[in-house]
Amino acid sequence: MTKKLHITCTVNGQTAEFLCEPRNSLLEALRDELKLTGAKEGCNNGNCGACNVILDGRLVNSCLVMAAEVDGLKVTTIEGIASKDGLHPLQKCFLEGAALQCGICTPGFILAAKALLDKNPHPTEHDARHFLAGNLCRCTGYDKIIRAVLEAAEAKQ
Amino acid sequence: MKDITYAAPKTLADATAYLNDKGDRARILAGGTDIIVQVREGRRDIDALVDIKHINEVNELTCDAKGLTIGAAVPCCLIYENQAIAKAYSGLIDAVSLIGGIQIQSRASLGGNLCNASPAADGIPVLIALEGVCDIAGPKGTRSVPVEQFCIAPGKTVLGRGEFLVRFRFPPPKKQAGAAYLRFIPRNEMDIAVVGAGVSVQLDARAKCTAARIALAAVAPTPLLVAEAGAALVGTALDGPALAKAATLAQAAAKPISDMRGNADYRRHLVGVLVKRALAVAIERAKS
Repeated sequence: MTKKLHITCTVNGQTAEFLCEPRNSLLEALRDELKLTGAKEGCNNGNCGACNVILDGRLVNSCLVMAAEVDGLKVTTIEGIASKDGLHPLQKCFLEGAALQCGICTPGFILAAKALLDKNPHPTEHDARHFLAGNLCRCTGYDKIIRAVLEAAEAKQ
Repeated sequence: MKDITYAAPKTLADATAYLNDKGDRARILAGGTDIIVQVREGRRDIDALVDIKHINEVNELTCDAKGLTIGAAVPCCLIYENQAIAKAYSGLIDAVSLIGGIQIQSRASLGGNLCNASPAADGIPVLIALEGVCDIAGPKGTRSVPVEQFCIAPGKTVLGRGEFLVRFRFPPPKKQAGAAYLRFIPRNEMDIAVVGAGVSVQLDARAKCTAARIALAAVAPTPLLVAEAGAALVGTALDGPALAKAATLAQAAAKPISDMRGNADYRRHLVGVLVKRALAVAIERAKS
């Protein structure tokens, strides 16, 4: 068996250390080693966005990042989105707007929407739909998702 | 994924030595958006991924009066967020903005797009139109190859044992020049090109064309530079008949296959449409 790698990174603001095999993806390390199961495995080939995390400020598919690559980097997962004072406006708007059905795509959508609002606090509907094109909802609840994102943008102002 | 080794060399010399030792059992990892999927799905059988992102040279991104240099591992997002590139090499922005979604653009590099050597790669035609040159590091030193000569078959490149792509270099920005990339897909986002066209034009003070390059994707086993189509524009005022002639020459050079994305006749038709439209955008940019 291949020797395990010792990786140290920052996850949701805290130092995290884990052991992984060289073949493990960041998604596998988050879920299986760090027990952060918010990021979901949907397609496992970079099409669906269910595994989205923010890596050093950039939205990425964690299934398309090798765990070994994140040594020294900063990772934000869905578990790091809420503050101690309560849910993030995106989480509130998704809940209040019922912008989820089965929920598998939701963590990825919220991370992607956060990346959108961090970059563009006043997105148009077109901006939001364009930015979220890499996230798939198999329940096809896109309208409610887009509405929740736009409402969260308003709520943040 | 099968058991592999992860290597992260810090210098060009260490990387070429490692690659030379492993041969085709090792493959470069830059953004990983193609290679990780290929290894996971068993479409590429390798023993080692070589992460080159700790090597300074592959992360270089400079755009000034001397030209443009893009390291092989620079992700798409850093290219389209660069104001100097958007101003001087706007055609490049067309391509890097439509490769995958935001998540892919955070990681995917033009170097990876070229080395993956897909005939339908969205990044390659405009690299060719902009006269990009590839710097390749290898066990015997470095060599340079024009982008249009880099791919030799679907998934195959000129890279030999121990070699890897370090950077692209482009000539200095020109006044009254413009470039553009357009592709056809049957939806708005997130699809593989049925046909892609990357073009560049250079005008003189009287708006006559002094140079032009036309490159195509998804109509041949490799991305295609159609030199005669560009040459047909030189000396013209880039009027309708001139554009139509260039489009016809591009259609003649295309050797498309029929597949689920479109049949050969349809693709040949699209070449004519896209070449004319891309030229119109490039001309507009050259004049503004």
